[in-house]
Amino acid sequence: MASSVYLCLLRAVFLVCFVNPLIQGLSGDANVIQNPHHQLEENLTGLPIVTFKWHHVRTPYLVIIWVFVAGLAKLSVVELNHHVTSVLPESGLLIIMGFILGGIVWGADRAQTFKLLPPTFFYYLLPQIILDASYFMPNKLFFSNLGAILIYAIFGTCWNAATVGLSLWGCYEAGAMGNLDIGLLQFLLFGSLIAAVDPVAVIAVFEEVHVNEVLFILVFGESLLNDGVTVVLYNVFDAFVALGGPRIDAAEIFKGIFSFVVVAFGGSFLGIGFAILLSLLTRCTKHIQIIEAGFVFVVGYLAYLTAEMLSLSAILSITFCGICCQKYVNANMDEKSVTTVRHAMKLLANGSETMIFLFLGVTAIDTEIWVWNTGFILLTLLFVFIYRIIGTFLFTWMLNKFRLVPIEVIDQVVMSYGGLRGAVAYGLAALLDEDKIPEKNLMISTTLIVVYFTVILQGITMKPLVQWLKVKRAAHSDLKLIEKLNNRAFDHILAAVEDICGRIGDNWWTRGWNRFEENYISWLLMKPKARKNRDYLFSIFHKLNLEDAINYVSEGERQGSLAFNRSDEAANVDFKKQFGSEFADVMPNIMVDMSNYELGIEHFSVTSIVKDTIPSVSLDIHGQDRKNAMDDINAHHLLQQHLYRSRKHHRHKYSRSHFSINQNEDEVQEIFQRTMRSRLESFKSAKMGVNPAKKITKHHKKELTHKMPNGHPDGTGHLYGDEVEGLCMFLPYLIEAGIENPVFLPDMDSPSHSLPWLMETEAVAPSQRAQRRLPWTPNRLRRLAPMRISTCSTDSFLMADVSLTLEEHEEQPQTDHEEMFIFIMLKHFFLSTFEVNRL
Amino acid sequence: MGLQGWRNVLALKTSKNNNRAAWQRAFPVPLSHSQITRLYSRFHSLDKGENGALSREDFQRIPELAINPLGDRIINAFFPEGEDQANFRGFMRTLAHFRPVEDNEKNKDLTSGEPLNSRTNKLLFAFRLYDLDRDDKISRDELLQVLRMMVGVNISDEQLGSIADRTIQEADTNGDMCISFSEFIKVLEKVDVEQKMSIRFLH
Repeated sequence: MASSVYLCLLRAVFLVCFVNPLIQGLSGDANVIQNPHHQLEENLTGLPIVTFKWHHVRTPYLVIIWVFVAGLAKLSVVELNHHVTSVLPESGLLIIMGFILGGIVWGADRAQTFKLLPPTFFYYLLPQIILDASYFMPNKLFFSNLGAILIYAIFGTCWNAATVGLSLWGCYEAGAMGNLDIGLLQFLLFGSLIAAVDPVAVIAVFEEVHVNEVLFILVFGESLLNDGVTVVLYNVFDAFVALGGPRIDAAEIFKGIFSFVVVAFGGSFLGIGFAILLSLLTRCTKHIQIIEAGFVFVVGYLAYLTAEMLSLSAILSITFCGICCQKYVNANMDEKSVTTVRHAMKLLANGSETMIFLFLGVTAIDTEIWVWNTGFILLTLLFVFIYRIIGTFLFTWMLNKFRLVPIEVIDQVVMSYGGLRGAVAYGLAALLDEDKIPEKNLMISTTLIVVYFTVILQGITMKPLVQWLKVKRAAHSDLKLIEKLNNRAFDHILAAVEDICGRIGDNWWTRGWNRFEENYISWLLMKPKARKNRDYLFSIFHKLNLEDAINYVSEGERQGSLAFNRSDEAANVDFKKQFGSEFADVMPNIMVDMSNYELGIEHFSVTSIVKDTIPSVSLDIHGQDRKNAMDDINAHHLLQQHLYRSRKHHRHKYSRSHFSINQNEDEVQEIFQRTMRSRLESFKSAKMGVNPAKKITKHHKKELTHKMPNGHPDGTGHLYGDEVEGLCMFLPYLIEAGIENPVFLPDMDSPSHSLPWLMETEAVAPSQRAQRRLPWTPNRLRRLAPMRISTCSTDSFLMADVSLTLEEHEEQPQTDHEEMFIFIMLKHFFLSTFEVNRL
Repeated sequence: MGLQGWRNVLALKTSKNNNRAAWQRAFPVPLSHSQITRLYSRFHSLDKGENGALSREDFQRIPELAINPLGDRIINAFFPEGEDQANFRGFMRTLAHFRPVEDNEKNKDLTSGEPLNSRTNKLLFAFRLYDLDRDDKISRDELLQVLRMMVGVNISDEQLGSIADRTIQEADTNGDMCISFSEFIKVLEKVDVEQKMSIRFLH
């Protein structure tokens, strides 16, 4: 507390001593500025050693002084925050700080010299906030809720504008506001500028509250996207006001609606265009890495200004520029540049947010703008508040009919309460033309009051409200293994049930888009190297390893041990051999770094081997804490890396018309082969009368290994020669007939299709490797049975079982069954594939 | 959908439209009429044997299930103990687990018995996928089997074993090295099961 008081004092002293003289000097020097040379000549009696050239630096000096003051204000606010403001939101405090500063300036100047002018706000303060918001937009969340967001942004905003405007007009006609010079159109214009939820205010308030992500994205997305609507409504009504009531006809109204389409979509497409430009640009900035980060800002700003120039929605333009480019830019640029962009973006956005709130406060201390009309102001506040609630509930009610997860009542309350108005509304109000709208000042002051009311009062009460209503917060706990496993299992279950129901799924468009994106857009916009880098497993591996290395080092240092520096040679070599050689080209520096640490994977395998020899898991519980933690993390990695993805995660590999499986997807082959094998198992056991349910893994393996007629391919070959021959004819026909299923393509086991880590594991477990080499190709079909069975073992040790040949004859009939079964299954599969194709 | 399927839908529409209440009563599943009609036609198109019930083979013919690692386990879920035929009623019962939980159901008291799409029942469905021997416990072996199905081949048995151990450790509270259903519910209490185990049926 002491420090914050000190800071406040310091700032006040600073202002009084430093800023005020400057300001006074500034106003007093007006004549000096007009004639600087004259003055210089007068004083030139000798060579001046030092001259005071205030007017040379005046504008940039004032700007930077204000930036400095804003920084100090933020600092003191944050310092205060520790003590006072678990209750007060930062934005509100900054506005209050602005009041104080504005008071000081006004006290010194008797007029408000510094105001938040619309051009400053729209051209210098707003763009970076929007760019930041969109560049870090959680895209998946955003697009999966896009429907709801658009409904709120378009219809919600129109609803707000219309109802507020009309109700105010009604009240005015009823005489609630006394004598004002405002017509219906002016009311509607006012309604349209006050209707939009403000992105800056929403980000500022909601970031502190940590509501659940869906709720956040709904409010936040709405606040970003409603700009298109606001700008259009504002422009249309502005034009209508200029035209005057009688000259508005159906054609004009139609033009207004049409201009919405042009402004909103034009702005969005312009932004997308600039995103493409930016992505292409970052493809070839390899040799100017130092400045490549700057392109993101420059091109983003260009998108904004170009849209403004073409009178399209600038906010939409920069929003879509950020949303669309983030993926490619992040992949294309050097990791350091990505970090630079991230920090610079946050710096700029946070800085200008501070400036905006501060100046919203400063602006208020001005006698010129204040026009008080109790009726108008209070009614506006009331209507803004009430219609937001009604609108939210109305549109949510409609949306909930279509949503998988309905938006709960509590969330709706928070959404309606989160309808904060901010600087955009003020900027638009300040842009009004006084000639056309005589009551401009009343509108500005009303807007300011609405802004203060929503940002300060609603901002303050937001947190307690959220707590009181027990709104679902964003979950911050780390996942448990079992949760991770089950989440993946749920995905698989849902995919299966969707297939059983014959539904293509909700995300047909998403899937089509993703496929297109994967095939063409990424190809166009991403460096080849980056595309390789983007591999799912690799990126996770990379990220987790980095995280781990850092954790491990800091953990070690905290415990005062530097033991991790003396890394285990063998383990490191192993590690490097497994991953390093494959990825050395893409991550050379990381490999070097990592070789210094004793890293996760080895650690894991060491403990797990130890554990295996001990029949219980008690080792973990009693083991060292640190080791235990590491083990935990590693188990997570391992699972994360190797769990099969559900269709949800690689939807793009599917399409409605083709049952085509992505060519790179070895997983699919694995799963398919496993499924067939297990079906074969159950088929077999049904024949043999064995209960498959009771089988456990070890049994399973042994049984299979026993049945391995190793190296006797011909034995089965001619018994079922006809069948094989038949299928040989059948298969190529099918393949030529256009099955785009790589499982059945002859080159399935060519190295180009194998994932690198699968290659590497070959030495460890040959049988596992062999699993992927099923001879589905026609020319190798004769070897089908033996090869297939040899793959059944997942355990390389059991391969060496000697009793095979002895049992071979007993097993012979069974393998025949198996073979039959495989054929049947294959036929099923082909036929059903065809069916899908035809559908 | 073939001609047969459409014919079925038409037949269903004309014959059953009138006694909707009876139709709803016949199924313990609060699905709308059009949903049921739609699923019925799907049921028929799956039913290659045309005997009014689905066999395992009928399910196995769905090509996507062959590349779903849990496909066969899910098929099994359609066949309650010992049966090898699933009639439409059973088919619907199983699918009803995946209906999203609606607002008005959430606050409803459980006098009329718990609906199939309740959180507990959704979890039970998932639990049963693991619990092959139906002893209401997931043993280490059962977990290992599922893990083996769900992870790639390039993860060794030792690693898988310790993952299974750790998973059980996370959930096991009474130290019997198995996950009982209550433990399963408890350990997943933070997971948004209602959302993750729901499919938006066609409206």
